[in-house]
Amino acid sequence: MSWLERIISKTGMGKKIPKTTEASWIECKKCKEQILEVDLIENFHICPKCDHHFRMKPLDRIRLLVNPDSFEEHDQNLTSADPIKFKDKKKYKDRVKTALKAGGSTDAIVCGTGKMGDHEVELCVFDFFFLGGSMGSVVGEKITRGIERAIRNDRAVIIVSCSGGARMQEGILSLMQMAKTSAALQLLAEKQLPYISVLADPTTGGVSASFAFLGDIIIAEPKALIGFAGPRVIEQTIRQKLPEGFQRSEFLLEHGLIDQVVHRKELRNHLNNLLSHMKNTPISKLTTAKPATAEADPVKSDAE
Amino acid sequence: MAQILDFEKDIFAVENQIKELHSLSNMYDSVGDLTHEITKLKKKLRHMKRDVFNGLDGWQKTQVARHPERPYTLDYINNMFTDFEELHGDRHGGAGVSISGGFAKFDDQTVMVIGHQKGRDTAEKIRRNFGMSQPAGYRKALRLMRLAEKFNIPIITLIDTPGAYPGMDAEEQGQSEAIAYNLFVMSSLKVPIIAVIIGEGGSGGALAIGLGNRVMMLEHSVYSVISPEGCASILWGDKDKVKQAARALNMTSKQLEKLDVIDQIVGEPLGGAHRHHKWAAIMLKKALRSQLKELMALKPSELVAQRQEKFRNIGVFNTEKE
Repeated sequence: MSWLERIISKTGMGKKIPKTTEASWIECKKCKEQILEVDLIENFHICPKCDHHFRMKPLDRIRLLVNPDSFEEHDQNLTSADPIKFKDKKKYKDRVKTALKAGGSTDAIVCGTGKMGDHEVELCVFDFFFLGGSMGSVVGEKITRGIERAIRNDRAVIIVSCSGGARMQEGILSLMQMAKTSAALQLLAEKQLPYISVLADPTTGGVSASFAFLGDIIIAEPKALIGFAGPRVIEQTIRQKLPEGFQRSEFLLEHGLIDQVVHRKELRNHLNNLLSHMKNTPISKLTTAKPATAEADPVKSDAE
Repeated sequence: MAQILDFEKDIFAVENQIKELHSLSNMYDSVGDLTHEITKLKKKLRHMKRDVFNGLDGWQKTQVARHPERPYTLDYINNMFTDFEELHGDRHGGAGVSISGGFAKFDDQTVMVIGHQKGRDTAEKIRRNFGMSQPAGYRKALRLMRLAEKFNIPIITLIDTPGAYPGMDAEEQGQSEAIAYNLFVMSSLKVPIIAVIIGEGGSGGALAIGLGNRVMMLEHSVYSVISPEGCASILWGDKDKVKQAARALNMTSKQLEKLDVIDQIVGEPLGGAHRHHKWAAIMLKKALRSQLKELMALKPSELVAQRQEKFRNIGVFNTEKE
C-alpha cells in the first residue's frame, strides 16, 4: 500500500463509492435540485445544474490539484491540545474528540509535499468539516512548517483556505497563529519563492486577515464568501441587510482585492501556469485531473 | 459624575465617607480631631482596592479596560512623551483616524508612537469610530512604522480597540489585507518594536499593530481572539453569557503571561488606571524605558530574529506518534 492509500484506508475518506443501485441523492443548497451523489463527485463536487461549488474534503481537493501519487502528507501526527481548558456548552476536548472520530483529517488542515505539473509544491488544504476549518495552534504550526519546508527545499507554497477563522477555544493562542504564519511568509518572500493563496467558500476572520491575503497571487473559487467580518456581524453593526453578492469572490475581484476568480475545474491549470510564470519556466499543458469515481481508483487515477 | 462599576461601589462609598469626615472637621471645630478616623478609613480603602482589583475576573477586567475614563493613547502620549508631532493619512485616500501616531521624544530618544484612539466625548468617539479602525488606519500605521525604520527610530504601539471595524466600507477597502500585510511587514522591521495593550486588545484589530519584540500588558487590560459578546453569541447562542465567555477566553494579563504570549505586566495605580492617568503613565514609562534600553542594544538582524523566533514558538499542541 502506498502512504496515501494507508491514510485513506485509515481515515475512510477515499472509500470508493459503492457500486450499488441504491442511489444517494443530495440537495444542492443553491438551486435546491436533487443531485445524484455520484454525479456530484464526478463533477468535482460542483452542482451539474447550477455550478454551485460544494465544500470539498481535503484529500479530494489534493487529488484534484497534484499529479497522481505525488502527494506526501506531513505532520499529520499533530493534534489539538486544550491549552486553556475551554468549555462552553461543551468541552473543547470533547469537540476535538468528536471531530477526530468522524474519521476525516487529524485537524482542520492537511499539509504535504506534492507535484503540480513540473512544480514541486508545499500544499496546505483546509478541512472545513473539522470544526469549521478553524485555525488553532495545530493549523498555525502545520502551515508554518509547510512554509519552512518550502524555504529549505526551494519550493512554492499553495494554501487552499476554507475556514471561518481563528479557533476561539484556544483563545489568544489562535490569534497568535496569524502572526506566526504571516511572519513565516515573510521569510518565504525573502527567498523569492512563490506563494499562491486559493480562497474557497468560506474564508473569513483570522484566516482571511493573515496568510490568505498575503499571496503573491490570490485566487478565489466562484461565489465564495470572503471577508474579514462575517456578514451577520456587519449587518448587526450597520443595521441593514447586505446587498446580494456582497463579500463574494466576484465582488472582491471588482474591488481589486483578488487576482482571479477561477472555476474549480480550471484551478490546477491556472496554478501550474502561474507557477511557471513566476519561475520563468516552460509551461507544460496539463489535463484536468479526474475526480474520484466508482470506476476509477481515486488514488491511482491517472490524470496526465 | 464618574461612572462607577458594580465592584467599585464599596470603594466609592468609603471614599465618600473620608471626604465627608474631611469636610466635617474643616467646618466644625466641635467634632474634634478626626485624623485617627480618617487614617483608619484610608487604610481600609487601600485594602479594599487591593482585594477587589486583585480578584477581578475576565469580565470585570473587560469592564475596567472599557471604562470611559480609562486613559487612551493620546493621554499616554501627553503624559509620557514630549514634542509629539502627529502625522496623518495612509497616502491612499484614507485618514485612518481611529489610529493616532507620530514622532515623539521619550526622554532624549525620538520614538514613533502609534496607537488606537477611542475618543472621549460623543463627537470625538464618533469621529474616531470608537477606536475600531478602517483599513486606512492600519495602512497609516504601517506607513509610519516604515518611516521609523528608515530613520532607525524605535516603535512603540499602544493597543486599545474593540476590534477592526466590521463595516461594508472596511470590507470593500480590504480590511483583511490591511491587517495581514501589517503582520507580514512588522515581522521584518529592523528597529525595536514594543507593543503595549493599554485597554482593550480586540482580536485582529489589536494584533495588526501588535507584532512586537516585546508585548506588554497593563494590569487590567484584556487581550482576546474575540470579544466576550461575540464568543457568547457564537458558542453559547446567547449574547448574555458574556461573563462565562470572558472567563473561558483567558483574556487577562496574568493568564496571558502564563501562556507566554506577553512578556511583562505593567502595574496600574491602585483602583485602576482610570483613577489616575498621570500615575498610570509614569508606571508605564518606567517599564518602557527598561525594555527599550534592552532592545536598543540589539543589532537590526538580532531584532528581526528575536521577533521572528518569539512568534514562531507560540502555540500548544500534541504530537502523537503514529
